[in-house]
Amino acid sequence: MSLSSNDIVTLRGVAKSYGAVRALGGVDFRVGLGECLGLVGHNGAGKSTLMNVLAGTVSSDSGAMEIHGAAINEKYSVAVANSRGIRCVFQELSLCPNLTVAENAQIIHPSLKGFGWRKRADALITAKLDEIFPGHGIDGDELVGDLSIGKRQMVEIARAFTVTAQSLHLVILDEPTSSLDVVTAGQLLAYIRKSVEGGTSCILISHVLGEILDYADRIVVMKDGRVVAERAASEFDRDSLVSAMGNVVKEARIEAHEQRERERGTTPVVVSAVPEKQTDGRALVAHKGEIIGLAGLASHGQTHTLLQVYQAAGKSDKRSRVEGPVALVAGDRQTDGVFHLWSIARNVGIRSIRSMVKFGLIDQEAEQRLADEWRERIKIKTPDMDNNILSLSGGNQQKALFARALGSDAEIVLMDDPMRGVDIGTKLEVYDLIRAESERGRTFLWYTTEMDELNNCDHTYVFRSGQIVAELSRNELTEEKVLQSSFEETA
Amino acid sequence: MTIMERITNPRFLRSALPLASFAVLLSLIFYVQPRAMSYFGLNLMLQYAVPIALATIAQMFILTVNDLDLSIGAFVGLTASIGATLLADNPVVGVCALAACVAAYGAIGALIHWRNLPSIVVTLGMSFVWLGIAVIILPTPGGTSPAWIKAIMGLKVPYIPFPIIAAAVIAIVVQVLLMHTSYGATLRGAGGNPRAIERAGWSLLKIKIVMYSAAGFFGVLSGLSLIGLTSAADAHIADRYTLYSIAGVILGGGEFVGGRVSPVGAVIGALTLTLTGSFLIFLKISPDWQIGAQGAILIVVLALRALIKRREG
Repeated sequence: MSLSSNDIVTLRGVAKSYGAVRALGGVDFRVGLGECLGLVGHNGAGKSTLMNVLAGTVSSDSGAMEIHGAAINEKYSVAVANSRGIRCVFQELSLCPNLTVAENAQIIHPSLKGFGWRKRADALITAKLDEIFPGHGIDGDELVGDLSIGKRQMVEIARAFTVTAQSLHLVILDEPTSSLDVVTAGQLLAYIRKSVEGGTSCILISHVLGEILDYADRIVVMKDGRVVAERAASEFDRDSLVSAMGNVVKEARIEAHEQRERERGTTPVVVSAVPEKQTDGRALVAHKGEIIGLAGLASHGQTHTLLQVYQAAGKSDKRSRVEGPVALVAGDRQTDGVFHLWSIARNVGIRSIRSMVKFGLIDQEAEQRLADEWRERIKIKTPDMDNNILSLSGGNQQKALFARALGSDAEIVLMDDPMRGVDIGTKLEVYDLIRAESERGRTFLWYTTEMDELNNCDHTYVFRSGQIVAELSRNELTEEKVLQSSFEETA
Repeated sequence: MTIMERITNPRFLRSALPLASFAVLLSLIFYVQPRAMSYFGLNLMLQYAVPIALATIAQMFILTVNDLDLSIGAFVGLTASIGATLLADNPVVGVCALAACVAAYGAIGALIHWRNLPSIVVTLGMSFVWLGIAVIILPTPGGTSPAWIKAIMGLKVPYIPFPIIAAAVIAIVVQVLLMHTSYGATLRGAGGNPRAIERAGWSLLKIKIVMYSAAGFFGVLSGLSLIGLTSAADAHIADRYTLYSIAGVILGGGEFVGGRVSPVGAVIGALTLTLTGSFLIFLKISPDWQIGAQGAILIVVLALRALIKRREG
């Protein structure tokens, strides 16, 4: 890595962990003056964490940072980042919906105050909107909450490029085009080139690889919290970029489970669902006893489709047909999964509580039997199932949630990326259990963001922007194919 | 936009709803009791509107930052008790005590933000603290309010009754401060998207302290204006104000979350609630039914708002 005084920002050995999860493992990173840097990587590669460190919203655990060649000694914060001319457009919008467009511009420009500030803020943001998105049709007096999501994104982007007291050196754009249509996305990318030529540097994060390849000067590829490749954009093409994002370093791989070459369609169809946003009528189909994978980048409609199946359980509507009772294993344990105040036994039994009623009351013995049975089968590590659920480790809490679903009468089990933050040993145990249960005729719909887990699936559907864009049988499944389909095709 | 379109525009309807409900209630009163349509009648019906409007504004500051204050009634009772005792006996001690009350409110805001506590629980607890202090200061109803407060509250203005002028002044001052200054926009933004405000480099702690202190200040004004009318105080004098103030903000078009508030609307909401009492008296309905009737009005207005919202969506 070359170090020149032309660098806007230089990071050396930046590391950040969230509990046991290592988001950044010693990243070296630099952005040159008047450079558009493309940053790519799969979900969880650490891109957003790195950008948050740069923007001052997250502080790193270790590592050094220089801005304009000067080391940062004081505590780095948003205010410091702002004063050094660094701005960030975050992936989730950072506008206040209850304020007008002009008032939102004021939020990041404290110098807009005193008499007539509203008029000045209005002029500032409108001029920038006109410059980046001609014909935007946004009024400075409009409440942001009344704007469409695309227009909100336009406002947020334009706001990041407005200049008042401090000069602007670096704008970080995290997935800026995700809510923009083709025309406005093109306007933005053209503007980025223009402002880069004018000397303002830019970091562009995008899952649309075409944008990165066409508009960035240099591309940095991240994986598992590290920079794994860094070259001039001209040296990459689509395929080399995709393979750089993939498994470059093979880690202790989960032992590939014996491939199951079962012919599809020998058992009856139990689930058939056309995702809400699907335009070509393609359906997710599951036959009895199959393990179906839902792949793709995070939150591209997989959870939505699972919930669609869940709601259609036992009945059928226009888009979905589901035969048999359904249970859901939540991925976000703390929000959607565990009942914090209840015992492990009650947490396991809640899905089956209707079958454990005696004289209108809960049959304590039946509940206890179910809990003890699953403690054995799924090996929940606890001295007593009557202990509070929070006394368990994360992995064991997740096991309890599996027990809740598997101990019920459900024939179809929906799994919403349930292995997040679960240790490898637990994972392997649960994989075995899932396979055993599927052989007994249960059907699994498994949304996962981990490539290795797809190896457990008989058939995989890849989602993008709420639609099924590819389906892969067990034999066709490769990480590269999933990645290829996950990223938008550019014509 | 034609006039018709402008009138049926949901955003316009929404902002006009508080004033419309006030106007409907007022015309009903005038219909039932034409003699109320006089300087004296309005003065009498609306005299308690001033302390209620001030307490409503205090509540509105808290709601702006997505919190809820269940202690404002007890707090107004405390400041009224201080006003009728300490302030009347020794102005310096009284002013210091009231200033300490405002500072305590700010400190509660800081605590709620710092420890990420639910405001409902903290303020519910504090309501007993305020009440306890008030009972210590003024064990039995009594005291005397300072003459200058009585003079202000008893002001006779030609043509327009004083409570209406006072309410208008309160509404306009707060409207300008919260809705039209640049810092006011930031304060409201903290209710709309706290993360965005933090990411822009503002201190949410400071914002909470400012909003809670402002609420405390208006709570003090409410207590003082109340003893200006009653000329004596009681620790329990304003127990109902907690619910009045919440209802007033909501009637005035405010929302529980999201930083969507309207100072003018809140004051109109407070006036509407005040009028309900008179209306029921004119209908010869026992005052015992007042709270129920106020609740009914709240439900009707909120139902109308929900209808408008459905059209917005």
